[in-house]
Amino acid sequence: MNENTITLYRVPEGKTAKVHSLQSTGSMRRRLQDIGLIEGTDVRCLQRSPAGDPVAYLIRGAVIALRSEDSSQILVSL
Amino acid sequence: MGLTAESTGLGAVDNGLVIRKEDPGDRVIALAGNPNVGKSTVFNELTGLKQHTGNWPGKTVTNAQGRYLHNGRGYVMVDIPGTYSLLAHSAEEEVARDFICFGNPDAVVVVCDATCLERNMNLVLQTIEITPNVVVCVNLMDEAAKKHIRIDFEQLSQNLGVPVVGTSARSRRGLDELMECVERVADGKQAAAPMKVRYNSYIEAAIGMVEPVLQGRIGDRINTRWAALKLIDADPSLVQSLTDFLGADPFEDDEVAQAVETARRYLAGEGLDEEHLRDSVVSCLVLGAESVCADAVFFEDRAYNERDRKIDYLLTSKWTGIPVMLLLLAGIFWLTITGANYPSQLLSDGLFWVQDRLTDLFTALNAPEWLHGALVLGVYRVLAWVVAVMLPPMAIFFPLFTLLEDAGYLPRVAFNLDRGFKKCRACGKQALTMCLVAGRAFLILPR
Repeated sequence: MNENTITLYRVPEGKTAKVHSLQSTGSMRRRLQDIGLIEGTDVRCLQRSPAGDPVAYLIRGAVIALRSEDSSQILVSL
Repeated sequence: MGLTAESTGLGAVDNGLVIRKEDPGDRVIALAGNPNVGKSTVFNELTGLKQHTGNWPGKTVTNAQGRYLHNGRGYVMVDIPGTYSLLAHSAEEEVARDFICFGNPDAVVVVCDATCLERNMNLVLQTIEITPNVVVCVNLMDEAAKKHIRIDFEQLSQNLGVPVVGTSARSRRGLDELMECVERVADGKQAAAPMKVRYNSYIEAAIGMVEPVLQGRIGDRINTRWAALKLIDADPSLVQSLTDFLGADPFEDDEVAQAVETARRYLAGEGLDEEHLRDSVVSCLVLGAESVCADAVFFEDRAYNERDRKIDYLLTSKWTGIPVMLLLLAGIFWLTITGANYPSQLLSDGLFWVQDRLTDLFTALNAPEWLHGALVLGVYRVLAWVVAVMLPPMAIFFPLFTLLEDAGYLPRVAFNLDRGFKKCRACGKQALTMCLVAGRAFLILPR
């Protein structure tokens, strides 16, 4: 892993990160790609839910909530 | 025409679809789209049917059909499942793809959400890869206007090479134009030159190895460029559907099998194994969607988004999310309880007045006491109680809940509660069910 990359789950609220790679596999990988999460996509962390998980992200103009188990499989660079 | 047990039952997926034309000249129109874009509303407004629309993806599990008349011709509209993609990752996507590809519709209407058009373009691009007879219906224009999103339809239509119509199906705006476009496309009067999704050079080369072989064989029935890519991709569900459609396994043809094998080996040699190939295909589609929207969709008021975020913050943040939710639910329950008292009283007065009259009737007829007891004091009285107690709160609770649903609050509740529900091996969406159950449970509490 590149040292500049962190998982999407660790991106703080209000910050925008660029997708580096997806580590998820199978159907979750497909789902993430279907919503437009590919290498180079900008993702803005909008807000954590009251329990801190899931977290809402702005992805290509749509607000999408991802659980930590999924967002921690997405590597991004800030 | 309406929904029959076969058309709505689970069997409809496997048993194949029977299109119910009322007239041999009827056109068949497939209605596709992402989940949650108002597809069912478009369907209902056009066909006059009352298919239930809901806020959760995957409402349309199987195909529903309806018919409308336009300029004297009948159009059978087939509502196919809402999907984000046609790459067949799920049963819904498979049904959608198979109908668009093999159902032989005269036109496909792809309904999109104007507020996040770029994401919806993924499905549009995948659809025009299969068939050129596509009309793009950009729905929820009213929502987009509220969010100050401007869409240049002419540019978008030029980029895609197929007609694009803006609609607000809820208020029927744009539907006439949509029907006009569908007519032109279904009649073949619209010269369509759909945009081709460009894949990277390796994939293009691989397609080039397989497509010519397919052209002579199935070129008249299916888009060979698309079929070539799918065969290389070794999508088993498609191979199955293709076999059913053609009546023979395409791989039984040695030349086809050989061409596909060569293309796969070539791709593997370039480092594109199965997984990488799929990633590249999806990436090209996403980038294609991005470029299609780049000069056609404009966000004119950033400040609006900020206001939206502030409301979202209030509804879902750590400190305010749960209290606001409890207050809202408490408010709804309070309104239901207080509001239901008066009509409940009225109903029970009325219904028990009828009971007295029934008793009078039984007495007048000299009916035996046991019959009066069983029918009037038993059956009727219980029914009257249930109606008087249950009907008013239901008539108040459910519309209020619908208001919350329309305002888009329920997905926020799911977001707030997902963690808690996940701990019980459920998911946040089930909060909705729980609220309804809570509502019903309270309805039958003794008063």
